[in-house]
Amino acid sequence: MGVEMRIVLRNYNKIDNSKIDDYIDTGGYKALEKAYNLEPIELIEELEKSGLRGRGGAGFNTGRKLRFTHGASGEEKFILCNADEGEPGTYKDRVIIQGDPHAILEGMAICGYAVGAKKGIIYLRAEYPYVADILKTAILQAKEKGVLGDFQIEICMGAGAYVCGEETALIESIEGKRGEPRSKPPYPPVSGLWGKPTAVFNVETLANIPQIIEKGSAWFAGIGDPSYPGTKVMTLTGDLVNKTFIEVPTDTTIRDIIYKFGGGIADGKQLQAVQIGGNSGALISPEYLDTSIAFDAMQKIGATLGSGAVFVTDESRNLRDVVCRISQFFEHESCGKCTPCREGTMRIHDLMQKICTGDGTKADLDLLTDLGEMMEVSCFCGLGQAAPVPILSAVKHFNLLDEERG
Amino acid sequence: MNSYKDILSKHKGLPGGIIQAYHAIQKEFNYLPEEAIIATAKEFGIPTKDAYEVATFYSYLSTKPRGKNIIRICESAPCHLAGTNEIVATLERELGIRMGDTTPDGKFTLEFTQCIGQCQGTPAITINRKPYVDVTPEKVPTILAEY
Ligand SMILES: Cc1cc2nc3c(=O)[nH]c(=O)nc-3n(C[C@H](O)[C@H](O)[C@H](O)COP(=O)(O)O)c2cc1C
Ligand code: SF4
Ligand code: FES
Repeated sequence: MGVEMRIVLRNYNKIDNSKIDDYIDTGGYKALEKAYNLEPIELIEELEKSGLRGRGGAGFNTGRKLRFTHGASGEEKFILCNADEGEPGTYKDRVIIQGDPHAILEGMAICGYAVGAKKGIIYLRAEYPYVADILKTAILQAKEKGVLGDFQIEICMGAGAYVCGEETALIESIEGKRGEPRSKPPYPPVSGLWGKPTAVFNVETLANIPQIIEKGSAWFAGIGDPSYPGTKVMTLTGDLVNKTFIEVPTDTTIRDIIYKFGGGIADGKQLQAVQIGGNSGALISPEYLDTSIAFDAMQKIGATLGSGAVFVTDESRNLRDVVCRISQFFEHESCGKCTPCREGTMRIHDLMQKICTGDGTKADLDLLTDLGEMMEVSCFCGLGQAAPVPILSAVKHFNLLDEERG
Repeated sequence: MNSYKDILSKHKGLPGGIIQAYHAIQKEFNYLPEEAIIATAKEFGIPTKDAYEVATFYSYLSTKPRGKNIIRICESAPCHLAGTNEIVATLERELGIRMGDTTPDGKFTLEFTQCIGQCQGTPAITINRKPYVDVTPEKVPTILAEY
């Protein structure tokens, strides 16, 4: 059995998430005190040095994002927690909040102090009302104890739109509008919520911050892959023996995740494909199993770490059907703002449906490739740019046509 | 209708409060009636068209009447692989309606959804946002009996 390393899940199932004292007893809110004793810029330097990069998919250096927001001029600034978690196969942010809600609040307050923001908003997906209850209790108790100083945190419920996980769409949604992405630049650190400097962070990113401040940047920088240090929470789904979640150092290989932590393929079957990072990730063939999950290592093989979802299909599965299902997701979730994505996701799904019936031809695959390559460069936001990735990778590494037809 | 007014007045003045107001209206009515959307536009001082734009964007907001209990079935790939189709067939048979429809007594509506973040227990469904995991055709009648 492989060994987990729990940083953001250190308190999972160990403390009562409805009791702030449980969190405080494990050293909670000490990091915030420590942060207050540093100058904001020292705090930012410490986070930069730790090498912490975003766990929401884009992998941007967290300290640097804070530096930009710190440097932006404006009286009012915001810290947003992205808890929209919509990638199929992903539930890590839910588990992190359920395990340790105060770690998120503390992480947000540290960021607030670093940039000079007095207000934080947690944008929580509509599917998680039971998580909202946990957060409400935590916020209330933090207020009563006065641990957050003058930093205030609110919850804003989403209403069911995957694209709202994109940070500018998320901001539009908090402003009470359709969740359509904004054009960038300006980036949120310069002009975000209500046009004010805003730093948006994923739940898992925020949960790491108190630990880094407490134990120091050198400790964190030494864990996992140096280019993307720390741990990553992975959620294992599909044809695995253990459908579970794990937190592992970022130099863990895909092979270990599937065979050690996931217990291997269910029913003694062989692996066909693994998709990492949710629907927007590439389908990976078995020859790449020795790649580590670190952000850059995954990019090198044309894949992504993304949300950390690990979706495994065994040899007996009809991969065309799986890919078709994935293409349906993007057709459904395209916000419709730009033509390449609105039309492209629909055409891809149409073509995949045809291929699924067994009537697909080589010409259809060529069309898929052309369409996908066009979308990767011309779509307005990450949704449309990533939508072709699983399809193109499937065309490249797997046979989607009927054997006889060739 | 007066009841919209009460709900709306609680959210008015809160910047960006329109989506939260819609959530509150749906809690009472299960959908957003036309008059509610018009009333919302008035309360928030925005054109009716803008209020509609928001109401039609999000999958949790519906401008069509729905049943008292809304059953959402996850159709994302991990659930699909684990047997969503069988669950759909069972629910359709038990309730005598098709996906997207509401039972004649207004008790249940069947909807598809994408991943609901309960993928440790595929296939998963929610009823009024309460999750049920590792659903099997055999479990469906027991689950429905709760409502
Ligand atoms: C279509 C789309 C969906 C996204 N969904 C999420 C999400 O659910 N959660 C998240 O944290 N980031 C999501 N992101 C990434 C965010 O835009 C942003 O990069 C992230 O929240 C920044 O936080 P981080 O630096 O801590 O990763 C999404 C991006 C795109 C393009
Ligand atoms: S790429 Fe898709 S999701 Fe993004 S703005 Fe264009 S239509 Fe909307
Ligand atoms: S894939 Fe169905 S709950 Fe996540």
